[in-house]
Amino acid sequence: MEPLMAVTIGILFAAAIYMMLRRSIVKLVVGLILLSNAANLLIFATAGMLRGAPPLVPQGLSAPANMVADPLPQAMVLTAIVIAFGVLSFAVVLVRRAWEIVRTDDLDKMKDTDT
Amino acid sequence: MQLAVLGGFGVAAMAPLLYRWCGARAAIVMALLPTVIAVWLMTLWPTIAGGETLWREWAWVPGLDITLTFMVDGLAWLFAMLITVVGALVLVYAGEYLHDRRDLPSFLAVITAFMMSMLGLVLADNLVALFVFWELTSITSYLLIGFNHTDPAARQAARQGLLVTVGGGLALLAGFVMLAQAGESWSLAELTERGERLKAHALYAPLLTCVLLGAFTKSAQFPFHFWLPNAMAAPTPVSAYLHSATMVKAGIYLLARLHPALGDTEPWVVTLSLVGALTMACGAFLAIRHTNVKTLLAYSTVMALGALTLLLGIGTETALTAFVAFLLAHSLYKGALFMVAGILDHETGTRDVTAMGGLRHVMPRTALVAAVAALSLAGLPPLLGFIGKELMLESLLAAGHYRAVILPLAFLAAFLTLAVAAIVAIRPFFGPRRETPRTPREAPPGMLAGPALLAVLSLSFGLAPGLLESLVSAVIGGIGAGPVETRLALWHGLNPALVLSLASLVLGGLVFYRWDRLRGWLARLEPLMARGPEAGYEALLRGLVLLAEWQTRLLQNGHIRNYLIMTLLVLVGLVGHALLMRQTPSLAFTLEVYPHEAAMAGLMVAGAVAACVVRSRLTAVAALGVVGFAIALTFVLFSAPDLAITQLLVETLTVVLLVLVLFRLPRFATLSTPIERLRDLVVAGLSGGLITLLMLAVLAGERLPRISDYMVANSQSLGHGHNIVNVILVDVRALDTLGEMFVLALSAIGVFAMLRFHAGSCATQRGSGTRGDDDG
Repeated sequence: MEPLMAVTIGILFAAAIYMMLRRSIVKLVVGLILLSNAANLLIFATAGMLRGAPPLVPQGLSAPANMVADPLPQAMVLTAIVIAFGVLSFAVVLVRRAWEIVRTDDLDKMKDTDT
Repeated sequence: MQLAVLGGFGVAAMAPLLYRWCGARAAIVMALLPTVIAVWLMTLWPTIAGGETLWREWAWVPGLDITLTFMVDGLAWLFAMLITVVGALVLVYAGEYLHDRRDLPSFLAVITAFMMSMLGLVLADNLVALFVFWELTSITSYLLIGFNHTDPAARQAARQGLLVTVGGGLALLAGFVMLAQAGESWSLAELTERGERLKAHALYAPLLTCVLLGAFTKSAQFPFHFWLPNAMAAPTPVSAYLHSATMVKAGIYLLARLHPALGDTEPWVVTLSLVGALTMACGAFLAIRHTNVKTLLAYSTVMALGALTLLLGIGTETALTAFVAFLLAHSLYKGALFMVAGILDHETGTRDVTAMGGLRHVMPRTALVAAVAALSLAGLPPLLGFIGKELMLESLLAAGHYRAVILPLAFLAAFLTLAVAAIVAIRPFFGPRRETPRTPREAPPGMLAGPALLAVLSLSFGLAPGLLESLVSAVIGGIGAGPVETRLALWHGLNPALVLSLASLVLGGLVFYRWDRLRGWLARLEPLMARGPEAGYEALLRGLVLLAEWQTRLLQNGHIRNYLIMTLLVLVGLVGHALLMRQTPSLAFTLEVYPHEAAMAGLMVAGAVAACVVRSRLTAVAALGVVGFAIALTFVLFSAPDLAITQLLVETLTVVLLVLVLFRLPRFATLSTPIERLRDLVVAGLSGGLITLLMLAVLAGERLPRISDYMVANSQSLGHGHNIVNVILVDVRALDTLGEMFVLALSAIGVFAMLRFHAGSCATQRGSGTRGDDDG
């Protein structure tokens, strides 16, 4: 599965970067969302992907009996998902405020500080 | 010794406090510090005179073999004495000279810090320590030249001095590193003993070049001489101390110190002799063009520094004796003359010698001091300057190398210097009385004490040169081959040197007599002068600014796109290069994929591509949703239930947020040209490809044991949780989770603030709008 994921993630990154290079600021936000998704998936997949072995300790045991998926990257990705959402919501509101004031979504027209 | 130097910096920092306690008298209190050090140095004299070297060692950075070792031998002792004695006098003088300035305490602090740096420089044995003190003197000098920081000329002169000396310092650092490599030691004392090995080393030529560059820039040798006269923008006490008696001699000190290690080779002798002779002639020649008394003196300092370099280059015993005598003589008379110049400036309000006249009636004591010091500068008996000059001419006459070039240049310098001395001592004090911007009065005793003492020293050493013999022997013992017997006398008999002296007296007198007309002729050379080394410096600086502007326009043009492209291309280039060099990624993988998993991956790709190409915002948001939910599905299938739940929740919220906010924004517009889109596509494709290759390389690589095995084994027993991911989040990495909550809270506050300001007044709207613009 991992090689397939490698290709998929590569495409996700490419799409994200392509969108981030657009002049429209809304497209930049779309690129940002794709980028955080791609990065999360990269961390998750690089640690190795196991089917049907969630990192849980069965009731009554002190440790899982069989090999389970690596819990550490999962914990990190979980943090990353939440933080990405925080950043995204801030960015989206920021873009909206910028639009209200400068009335343009063209990044090339926003490069001066005193609009 | 460490206490003296390092404690001195502490005293420097206390200057403002002292000023609060005792006002302008703080300068006199501060002068106690160099006085105490000087007295302590005097107590060391019997040991030093015996040819011994005193050591104090203190490991500073033992791991790098850097020690703060201080040593006192004859050479260091002479310099340390000059620094402390002239330093104490200058402090007293400065207290009077700047007594009405509110920034006197900062002046005292910086000049004391300079004094300690200089002391550290001449006492340091370790190359690194010496270099640190060397740069400290550059920095403190910068602060002192630019002390009148409201004056643009002073700021520019300060920057020029800093750039030239620090540029040379950079070369010096490289030279020191090579020196330490070639000599396998960072200790100056050890390096001096390894002279033979150093001179035969392959690195000798480059290291000599670098060290000489450092020394020449610091000591204002041709073609770097231009910064010194400009540095006269500093208050006069600074000029008297830094730019005549001490700092500019740091380069000379270094050359003298390294003379046994690097000297007496063909390149050393040729470079030092020629550069020194050229600097001498150049300084003396440029001096007589000027009427500003400080500029005149500054150029004659350039001449003296050239003479010292020349003498070190010749390196015979007579030359080294002349070196010591001339060094001491110059510090004494030049310090005195600069302080006299300061008195003239202070009392008359002008520095132009042609505007002054007849001042001996109003300030007879100053006139007397000036006359004695100027006699020494002119090299006339019975002063120390005469002995120095006679010895110099003698050693030049005996020089083997390039005598035909050096001798005429030195002779030119000698008689022009004589003229300079006459101009400085006679013009302001004799002749008819002239009106000056301020009505002059006799200088206060605080200002007169320093120059008077220095002049008396010049005279007494001249009359009784025997006093200096043991000192000269001790110094030459340090820089020459070994201990020598030196004899100093005023009368050397009727020899060629005396004939040359007499000739220079006649010619110098002639120049002085015809000075006004001579300046008129020299003024015609002005266009030629404008093409000197200083013009080169200016052009270099302008070029640097242009280059900076050009590259800023190119790289920092305000287009976020260009930054991204630049960053990504560099990243792809470097990482890709490393990746392909290390290993050829093999694409032969055993793919065991179920159809539903492949479909899921296809869904992600399709969603991402769709989000990029669709023209409708709603479709784009829907496509993003597809990608997000496909990722959540991946988490479900591959054993990450917690991630799946979080992703589902966040994805839902994201879609809601986008729908709520983005639909108030304009529709997607196609703003880029097809070529730009193609370019972006290539960059994006390259970056994506790099990520794929990287991940494949990671997967093909050797798997290290998982660090989470401990957490898996102890989750239940230590964390009392069955969900290992949860235990990691709340127990193992609890601080991380706290940070995450903090980020979320900040973001929420930011969002709230932006939405609140929306309802606010017009003014707040503009405020937050500008801020939003910067971040966007």
